[in-house]
Amino acid sequence: MTSLLFAQLGTPHRIQTPSVAWSGLLPVLVLLGGAVVLMVVGALLPRRSRHSWHLWLTLLIAAGSIGCAVPLWFRVRDHGPLSILRDAVRVDGLALFLGIVIVVGVMLAALLTDGYLRREELEGPEPYVLLMLSATGGLLMASANDLIVMFLGLEILSLAVYVLAGLHVRRLRSGEAAMKYFVLGGFSSAFFLYGIALAYGATGSTNLTDIQRFLATNTLTNNGLLLASFALLLVGFGFKVAAAPFHSWAPDVYEGSPSPVVSFMASAVKAAAFAGLIRVFVYAFALDRHDWQPIVYVVAVLTLLVGSVLAVVQTNVKRMLAYSSINHAGFVLVGVQAASDRGVRSALFYLATYTFMVAGSFGVVTIVGRRGDNRHQLDDYKGLARTEPLLAFAFLVFLLAQAGVPFTSGLWAKFYVIGAAVEARSFWLALVAMLSTVISAFLYLRIVLAMYGGADEADEAAPAVPRLRIPFAARIALVVSVVATIGFGLVPGPLTHASKTAVPKIAAGK
Amino acid sequence: MKDLLNGWGLTAATFLPLVGLAVMMLIPKAEETLHKVVALVTSLAVFAIGVALIATFDYDKTGNLQFVVDKKWIQLINSRYIVGLDGISLPLLALTVFIVPLVVIYSWNHFPEPNNPKAFLALILLLETGMVGSFVAQDLILFFVFFEIVLLPMYFMIGVWGGEQRQYAAIKFFLYTLFGSALMIVSILATYSLSPKINIDGHLVHTFDMRLLSTWAGGGLARTTGILVFGGFFMGFGIKVPMFPFHTWLPDAHTQAPTQGSVILAAVLLKLGTYGFVRIAIPIFPQAAKSWAPAIGILAVIGIIYGALGCLAQTDMKRLIAFSSVAHMGFVMLGIATLTPFGINAAIFGMVAHGLITGMLFFIAGSVKDRFHTLEIKRLGGLLIQAPHMGWLLGLACMASLGLPGLAGFWGEFPAILSSYSPAAGLSLPLFRTFMVVAAIGTILAAGYLLWLLQRVAFGTPTEEFADEHIHDMHLTDYIAWVPMVVMILVLGFYPNLIFRVTDGAVIHSLAGVTKLGG
Repeated sequence: MTSLLFAQLGTPHRIQTPSVAWSGLLPVLVLLGGAVVLMVVGALLPRRSRHSWHLWLTLLIAAGSIGCAVPLWFRVRDHGPLSILRDAVRVDGLALFLGIVIVVGVMLAALLTDGYLRREELEGPEPYVLLMLSATGGLLMASANDLIVMFLGLEILSLAVYVLAGLHVRRLRSGEAAMKYFVLGGFSSAFFLYGIALAYGATGSTNLTDIQRFLATNTLTNNGLLLASFALLLVGFGFKVAAAPFHSWAPDVYEGSPSPVVSFMASAVKAAAFAGLIRVFVYAFALDRHDWQPIVYVVAVLTLLVGSVLAVVQTNVKRMLAYSSINHAGFVLVGVQAASDRGVRSALFYLATYTFMVAGSFGVVTIVGRRGDNRHQLDDYKGLARTEPLLAFAFLVFLLAQAGVPFTSGLWAKFYVIGAAVEARSFWLALVAMLSTVISAFLYLRIVLAMYGGADEADEAAPAVPRLRIPFAARIALVVSVVATIGFGLVPGPLTHASKTAVPKIAAGK
Repeated sequence: MKDLLNGWGLTAATFLPLVGLAVMMLIPKAEETLHKVVALVTSLAVFAIGVALIATFDYDKTGNLQFVVDKKWIQLINSRYIVGLDGISLPLLALTVFIVPLVVIYSWNHFPEPNNPKAFLALILLLETGMVGSFVAQDLILFFVFFEIVLLPMYFMIGVWGGEQRQYAAIKFFLYTLFGSALMIVSILATYSLSPKINIDGHLVHTFDMRLLSTWAGGGLARTTGILVFGGFFMGFGIKVPMFPFHTWLPDAHTQAPTQGSVILAAVLLKLGTYGFVRIAIPIFPQAAKSWAPAIGILAVIGIIYGALGCLAQTDMKRLIAFSSVAHMGFVMLGIATLTPFGINAAIFGMVAHGLITGMLFFIAGSVKDRFHTLEIKRLGGLLIQAPHMGWLLGLACMASLGLPGLAGFWGEFPAILSSYSPAAGLSLPLFRTFMVVAAIGTILAAGYLLWLLQRVAFGTPTEEFADEHIHDMHLTDYIAWVPMVVMILVLGFYPNLIFRVTDGAVIHSLAGVTKLGG
């Protein structure tokens, strides 16, 4: 029978599978495997326990992933990037740098999640699993050298975050946020996919290296298709990084989602999306930069202004920070717009330092939100400096860093970005960026003054509120973030150097 | 000793306050006396270093930077840790290290609400680091960092320890200054990328080194580019000075700030702006400075007249003094706008004199507020009867402020007016002579508002409201804090050469670019 079948089908061909350098994918695999293991182990562990098993396991897995990334980093630095899966994935400095940033984002978010889940009585392994899965997508996106792989990464990243946004099952706003994020996110993914299709139509490949080669060796007589694909891809990325005019979901979603999840959205998700944006635009479409630079220029200006101006009129701290994170996305776009090594480097530096600032900020927000995650009005921060001086100090550091004050990493982040813009002769963009800093400084100062100044009258009138409880894990996250923010502010050298090393070689010739 | 100062003097003066601050952080909040002692000892130690620096300074070469330290800092952008002291920095450094201990002494028993000496004194020390650092930094980024650091403690001082409108005033102060800084950082980066590359360890790189940039002096730069880049610096420094029409933050900040904050603000912070013009904007962009000079001159004289008229309209003593600052800094800016060594020497003298005199006036205003709980001029009167020593000092400070010969104020104002008779070659002669006339009218107005203030506050009999109240004359801490200032006002008034001798060489050196341009 079988022989008959063989006779019918002919001798079976060996299917050619590409050889896979698995070692290059280890950081992704560790995270993915870890997520699966945690899901299984989580079923065996008690959902509620005094020991935060889920948290420690997550940290262990994340640390393992970083542990795998570090040797790769040195290998890539010394021997050039690794091309894996027929060049569909490219492990280079950019991928590893932002990969580590994303995993750090996971760790910080996980540390905040633990106390949050206990407070809200939502214990369970699922949030951690989702965080890691989402980060897997982010890592894939950061190292994707093929638009299809990038789309896969984007979807893995997004789907997990949609669920995370709706994590707080008893809170109506949480569900609303998840729904909004999901519908609009799905919409933007469709744009992205259409953009890929058009890029394929224009260049005959979805592989970024091939696209770049094609555009370098051919001149398109009619580049309408390519320009349309730029626009559509930019919509997709713009949505994920919350760049204006695709930002409108951000304040609502940030306000409704659980605060630790927001810290992840604002740090890791942005880092992953910017990784994709940089790979596609700055590198693959490097030669057409005169076509896309003006668009990014306009988007950056809008993002900077929307993020700063609209933040000023908010009274809800979570919404303020949401708008300010839009403003920060604008800053990274300024770096991208420069379309130079220096611009990419500055964007990487910005994303790395911003991760700590924003995770720390939302960490404070998580704690001050109290049970129910609802106390986010500016008034809830009144007199925080007297009741919780250390917490207020931590928030002060994060806010000042976001305003770009000396001795914090924020100054250098802004400095490098503006430097790159000035070098690319985008003087007006640099000016707009700095002015937007001034505008958003107003908002940071409002929060600072609420914490440090206005407690006099409110003090006697306010009913006795119980002391804030700051969980141990959240303390770790805050301390790490403060140390990183001030540390990179005092000694920016190592991180600057790393971001310099990370910029892939392909840009060197351009 | 000399070697030690050469290597470490300026660095120690800059960072010693931070050491004191760190020590204070380790001491519990309740140990108030200990905090005061630590702050005082620190500021006196900085003062001692300052004195040692001044004593070993080589007065034959005031144009050269001395005590220079040049170390790697942020290699990637070739920003270096360069500090140095020359004749322009020296008087301002001296002013800073002189004022801070006096402020600490004054604070001893006068902590404004909500008290908390630990935080208050810590902020003063942080301020000192920023101020001293700004005056000695010779690298644009280093300068910018120090320039910005100053903002924060002052913001908190106003916002937490200030008067009723403190939040408004603090935010206004911060945003105005940040706005200027935001434009300035763009200009700094533009300067960096426009300047010629230099060779460091075999690499050709741009530089933030002010010494090299001043030598380059914008050579080969397109005229418009230079004007635009100078514009960024103009905004950054002009707001800090403050120049008309960017002065509106000043009256609010001064009125709301606690006394100590007002004193430091008036005595030192405003000088950061004028210093920036003299040290950075003009030497690096002499050509653009010439194009800007008429505009700066116009704004300066508008500031003089506007400030004076503003003073005449005030009903609050502190606000009046704040407006008089606008007028006085107008004289300083007029001196700078002439772009002549004479004018800039006068400007630097004016900075120091204004620092001492207006600082003194704010001290007295603060003490009046302490005793009468109001600064409304209408409700005050007869200070000479109730507190004769204080009234007498107020008189002296007013006389000095209106520019009476023999007191320090005279040597800042008079030469500045005189210098605009013959501005640098290439600047419009009639225009600057008009400035001279207008500025001279400003001095008459200054005499008017100051004497009027003195008459209403110090002369006459106490108003009914306070007639029966026992008003304590000066405390011991007041004497310790104020007498040195009075002495300096007198000494500089009698022997102005003390400063002119120091600044002259450095000013000529820094104006080399302007002089080379000729007509």
